[in-house]
Amino acid sequence: MSAQEAALASTQEHHTSTGLDNTKMVMWAFLGSECLFFGSLITTYLLYRSTVLPDSGPVPSEIYDIPYTSVSSFVLLMSSLTMVLALSSSQRGDMRGMRIWLLATALLGVTFVGGQIFEFTDFVHEGLTLGSSPAGSAFFVLTGFHGAHVSVGILMLLSLVGMSMSDKLQPGAARKVELIGLYWHFVDIVWVVIFTVVYLIPLE
Amino acid sequence: MSQQVEAGEEEELHSHPEPRQYIKVAIFLAVVTAVEVAIYYVPALRALLVPILIVLAVIKFLFVARWFMHLRFDSKIFQRFFVTGVLLAMTVFAVVLLFYFTHGGPAPVAR
Repeated sequence: MSAQEAALASTQEHHTSTGLDNTKMVMWAFLGSECLFFGSLITTYLLYRSTVLPDSGPVPSEIYDIPYTSVSSFVLLMSSLTMVLALSSSQRGDMRGMRIWLLATALLGVTFVGGQIFEFTDFVHEGLTLGSSPAGSAFFVLTGFHGAHVSVGILMLLSLVGMSMSDKLQPGAARKVELIGLYWHFVDIVWVVIFTVVYLIPLE
Repeated sequence: MSQQVEAGEEEELHSHPEPRQYIKVAIFLAVVTAVEVAIYYVPALRALLVPILIVLAVIKFLFVARWFMHLRFDSKIFQRFFVTGVLLAMTVFAVVLLFYFTHGGPAPVAR
């Protein structure tokens, strides 16, 4: 079986009444529900972003490092490119290429999360903590949950690489890569919104 | 039926863009991000900053969803799932905003 045939065969695992893969349908339903989850957290942040008690630490926007966060945003954006290149490789049956792009995506994800941990540490030193004010709580819960999603994504990417190396992921298992890719791109999309709404839009 | 499914899936497999197109989209997204950050530092654009940033974020959002998540090429059903989630999130935001304007913001407010 050629790599192309294997790739095609892998997409023909399920036959459904809609003609669409059930696992992909479930992933999109999950991502739809995640929109609501992050929408609620972003709304909460917008409501509380300037709410601090006297002497309870800074308002988050006073201590943002925009150039630093811009680089983090760029890193996450580029990880979406490497993810989609991994999918493209797996669809062509190029397992080595897929592994390289998946590892690149995971590395960019680790860079992003590492940057976020550094940023959090800096903010805590500045006096902004999870419990210092409603603004601090809203900021850390929103960005922390996003970071947790990126971390879960990294684990899934590394699992894919591990499965591929132990032959549990056969050439043409493009669907699995596609599903994890959808999750990864969603995490990127959420950051697109967070970067604009939380970091760039000024507090009037 | 199964032949239809197979034909559809084969079509899906081959309808995704080439890597070169993905790279072009990524370059465009990087440029938009750079523009976002640049205009943040332009005092003359302060009055228009919020609408410009929102438009640029929407453009980035749509490009990632349509190209990288393949909503441009995939079944409309997937698009509906996602759009429903986005609309519900925007509804939550609108309801909270309405409550904010009718009942006032959370106390204690800003320094």
